[in-house]
Order: sequence, then structure tokens, then C-alpha cells
Amino acid sequence: MDNQTDQLLRRILTDVLGLKDGLADGFTADTGLFGHLPELDSMAVAGLLTEMEDRLDIVIEDDDIDGEMLETYGGLLAFAEAKRAES
Amino acid sequence: MTPIGWPCPLPGGASSEEYALAFDKGRQHRLLIVPALFDEANRMRRFTVEVMRRLDAAGIDSILPDLPGTNESLAVLETQSLGAWQAAMAAAASHFRATHVLAVRGGSLAVPDMLPGWLYAPAKGSSILRQMLRARTLAGKEAGREESREELTTLALSEGIELAGYRIGPQLFADLEEALATVRDDLSLIEQGTIGGAGLWLRAEPSESREQADALAALLAIGMQV
Repeated sequence: MDNQTDQLLRRILTDVLGLKDGLADGFTADTGLFGHLPELDSMAVAGLLTEMEDRLDIVIEDDDIDGEMLETYGGLLAFAEAKRAES
Repeated sequence: MTPIGWPCPLPGGASSEEYALAFDKGRQHRLLIVPALFDEANRMRRFTVEVMRRLDAAGIDSILPDLPGTNESLAVLETQSLGAWQAAMAAAASHFRATHVLAVRGGSLAVPDMLPGWLYAPAKGSSILRQMLRARTLAGKEAGREESREELTTLALSEGIELAGYRIGPQLFADLEEALATVRDDLSLIEQGTIGGAGLWLRAEPSESREQADALAALLAIGMQV
């Protein structure tokens, strides 16, 4: 399942950031997101989280969101995996 | 493609001038397009106009009016309601003698009553608000301000609220929160899967897709000319 979450999350980032197909495959745990990509502002992050809820079938509360989970791809993936394990 | 004014009814019987972007050559098939809402309107506008260019080439007129209080409109957004938007779109439909309607995303909540047509990837009012509220709580967090979605909703329903740069009044907020998806026999649903690729409203930056514009325009042109 973890592998599937990883694939889905790369797909979501590809769609939100308008990346060329395959580019997100090169993301590593350290790839910077919020604060590193200028197009990822609060509105875009809100869209990203909403899309994660829909496609990963999870619910994200306001309290779940912190800077660390949004800062890197690894942080976001760990968060998504933990949320999916909960549900 | 030209901007054209049209008379939009105001409560109490008066009217104000609103703008529409139009490909109007007085042709038989005439499509009114109800735009997406708020920030999605910006992200979808270029795509919407690209679809209009293709319809023009296919011999179909199309009209993209502003919802009062948005885009070029001088009306105050804060006093709008879904009912006012629907009345405005109905007025635009009759002014431009539209034969069909296409609503984009949240525009499906303001679709006028009398026209057959399509709802492209309709969005629920509550989902639109949820995303904008989330953006506001995120921006607040960054600025060291803690605001919960519940608090903001209470505020929005009593005094109105600014979300993503839009000053939304209590009436419009309540309307959006309660709005059910529009379901009508004469309105066909176009899902993103039919168009292919990922919806452009998801994009962090406004973008375009030739393939998606081709697909949507072809579907509309075929539907209007049968």
C-alpha cells in the first residue's frame, strides 16, 4: 500500500504543479515543496490537500497541518501514509 | 472576440451594465458560458476562451458574461447571492438569445433555468468554500495567526468574510454552503475523464491545454449541431 500512496502522491503533485509526465518520479524524500516552489502558495496548498483527501480517501484536519509535513516530499509522503493507515 | 455590455437586472427593477466576452456573429447556435467561481475563474479563464475560439471556428457563437461582482464588474461582490447570479445569467441568456448553456465548475450553481446544455466538472459550493477556508487558515498559520475553520464559518455567516481575496457576504456564503449540485434532465454532465488529463482548476498556476480545449469544444459542437 505504501508504494501505492507514493505513486498517487506523485501523480497529484504532477497535476497540481503542472509537471511534465515522469518529472515527479525524480522527487526524493528531500525534495523541497512549500517554501521552495514559488507557485505552491497557500491557495495551491489548500488545493493540494483537498485533492489528497479525494484521491487518497483521507480526511485532513486543520490541526494536522504543520510546516514540517509540507516542507519536503518525504514529509508529505510520511503524512499521507500515516493518514491512510488510520482510515 | 469582443467585450460587449449587457443590462443586468438589479433588485428593485433597475439595471446596471455588465460585460461579456463574446464571439457574436449572429449565428444560429449560441452558447452562454457561466464561468467558474473565484480563484478557479482565473485558472479556467484562458481554457474557457480557448474553447470559445474553437467554437467560433466551428460556426458557433459563444458569450462569457461576468458574474456581477467578479472580473470586470463594478457591482459589489459582498451583496451578491446565488439567486442574483442566476438571475443575471438568465438576463444575459435572453439578451444574447443563447440557445444553449455551458457551466464551468462552480458556475453550475448559477446556471439559468431555461437553457439546455452541459455542466463541465461541476463543483459543490461547500467544496469551493472548504478549499478557500483552508487557504485562509494556512495563510494565517504562516503569519502566526490561529484561525479555525469553525470560527471562520461562524464569522462568514454573520458578517461575511474575505477568502482568497474575495469579499464574500453572509448571504452568498450561506447559499454556497447549502447549494446542492444542479441536476436537470436537459443538462448533461461532462466529467474530466471524458476530456482527458487532469483538470486545469487543480493547477497552482493558470495554465492551458490544447488537447483539453479541443476535446471540450468538439463535444459541445457536436451536441449543439445535432
